Amino acid sequence: MTQAEFLNIVMPFKDKVFRLAKRLLVSQEEAEDATQEILIKLWRNKQKIQDYRNVEAFSMTMTKNFCLDRLKSKHAQNLKIVHSNYQDHNVSLQKQVELNDSVDWVSKIMEELPEQQKIILQLRDIEQYEFSEIAKMLDINETAIRVSLSRARKTLREKLTKTHSYGVR
Amino acid sequence: MVLDKIEKLLEKYDNGETTLQEEQQLKSYFSQETVAPHLEVYKPMFVYFLQTQKEEFTKTIPLQPKKTYTLYKWISVAAIAVLMFAVYIQVGNQSKGLEDLSQDELMAYNQTMEAFNLLASNFNKGTESVDALALMSTSLDRGTENISYLGEFSNTTNKILKNE
Repeated sequence: MTQAEFLNIVMPFKDKVFRLAKRLLVSQEEAEDATQEILIKLWRNKQKIQDYRNVEAFSMTMTKNFCLDRLKSKHAQNLKIVHSNYQDHNVSLQKQVELNDSVDWVSKIMEELPEQQKIILQLRDIEQYEFSEIAKMLDINETAIRVSLSRARKTLREKLTKTHSYGVR
Repeated sequence: MVLDKIEKLLEKYDNGETTLQEEQQLKSYFSQETVAPHLEVYKPMFVYFLQTQKEEFTKTIPLQPKKTYTLYKWISVAAIAVLMFAVYIQVGNQSKGLEDLSQDELMAYNQTMEAFNLLASNFNKGTESVDALALMSTSLDRGTENISYLGEFSNTTNKILKNE
């Protein structure tokens, strides 16, 4: 397999790998490193790539495992990943500032979710995978996915309602 | 009518029962400027989902780790070859015969040899004196032997005295 062929396979989902890594690791740099690591791993095993039925699903599973391992080792060292992605989304109107504020809240609230729910919410609501695909990636059944998805969505909404009414009063 | 439908969809959404198409409908509804006030809470959620979807991985992918390794290998091989060659040249320079020395070098060589010879002759003188010392020590040894004879003699005299 040539480099171009490999890139053709990888390009469509490299952003998804990155976003999942960022969801779990929070920090931009850590997520970039993780994504590189995973793509290099894929490249080294390029002979086997043709045997995988679904490279994308396989890569997402790999990403999930890699990031969870990474988090575990960070916890063991009693270190916290610090992130410094405080970028501006160039806003002009007051309304938009407020909106962006609450949009930022969403990502903060998502950070507090349990890892499993985080992953499922990411895969479903952001990456828009079918339940069957998520089931394959995470190796759990669809009912369990629906249950944790529902829980994650409800938690998200409740916490947003709280912060929303704080803002008003 | 539309709002009614959205509310129903939201309920399904909260229970994790919506299809991807229905979720897409919700997303497009909430990306509008204005939404129904009581549904305002959902807006940041869906806006966030849509925004995050656009985030991209911008770093390049370093795909040729193997090639750089082989390059390093060849660099080290070349370095060793150069080193060996340098050592060989150096050794070759050192083993020059007397006959291919220049005039000045020959003179310097001769002077050094003379100086060394002088030093050596002095050394030899020193060794001669040391030889004299050795001679003295052998005479001393002989003296000690004679003294031991004397000791023997005194022993016998004592014996004779006791007997009396």
